Amino acid sequence: MCVSYKLTHYTNSYNLVMETIKTNAAFLCNYEVMQILQKLKDNAQKKHKREGSLATVTYETVHYLQDTECKNQSAESIQKFLEEMKAFKLTKSEKLMMVNTPPRTELEIQLIVQESEERLSEENVRKIIDLANEFLPATS
Amino acid sequence: MCLQQVVLNVGLCIALFDITNIGHSYIFPGDGSSHTEVKFRYIVFRPLVEEILIGKIRSCSREGVHVTMGFFDDILIPVNALQHPSRFDETDQAWVWEYPKDDGEKHDLFMDSGESIRFRVTSEAFEESLPTGPPGTECPAQTVAPYKLVGGINEPGLGLLTWWETPDQDDDADDNEEQENDD
Repeated sequence: MCVSYKLTHYTNSYNLVMETIKTNAAFLCNYEVMQILQKLKDNAQKKHKREGSLATVTYETVHYLQDTECKNQSAESIQKFLEEMKAFKLTKSEKLMMVNTPPRTELEIQLIVQESEERLSEENVRKIIDLANEFLPATS
Repeated sequence: MCLQQVVLNVGLCIALFDITNIGHSYIFPGDGSSHTEVKFRYIVFRPLVEEILIGKIRSCSREGVHVTMGFFDDILIPVNALQHPSRFDETDQAWVWEYPKDDGEKHDLFMDSGESIRFRVTSEAFEESLPTGPPGTECPAQTVAPYKLVGGINEPGLGLLTWWETPDQDDDADDNEEQENDD
């Protein structure tokens, strides 16, 4: 998730006056966030030659993400998956959940997709699982 | 640049995404500091209500199951949102799903700390707490708020990941498997 802020920076005393412009500029999937945070981590290491210079929450988030399905993903595979998913008329958040936690069973699809039994046929469900296994393969 | 962790009604701040605009710097008479307006975007953790997430069980208490994402700890699955029926085991300090088997017997499924758990976010809450500055000074109105999530696992497919593993997976935990409903 992205936020737009307006920040006024005072050089003498770090009083941040912040105004939120937009609370949801865009959705980011786990993979995208991991890429960004990995880069921050690498830059921090290059500059300071130690890992301690990242904020704890940033470091913990990379740690969490590295343990999820997104570690086997790539920008291209996610894009291809989303292209294929256009046929099923899912919402943005449903697709986001599928990218973050690719469904491997019908049950998982039922959890992600609202009213899935009305919106998706048995064949659709099987196809989605196949596409998830093809483009967002499980981590071993 | 690091923001305070939680911003009211926005979420948990993770990291700077980019700076979209840096304005001119101004110095105002009588005020030695330089003021610059900076527009930036931040990566924020704030799952949608109804979103399905996977976390780890941190601990159990009479309140319910406390779940953590590692970077975010304030997730509670209250007692009424556990799989039904569940009981609290005092000895192990763990909630237990008393899974009813076909033969009428109950099968105890323990919710142990460290286990991965799939849950649905059912509500979120931001609590406002204003910092108290010295009286008489003009503090910028920066509200720092704790952010809490409430989740539920009372649906087929939710709860410990091991509860719903399919039989063809490499697994010898055969007494923890449930069959999915293929209807």
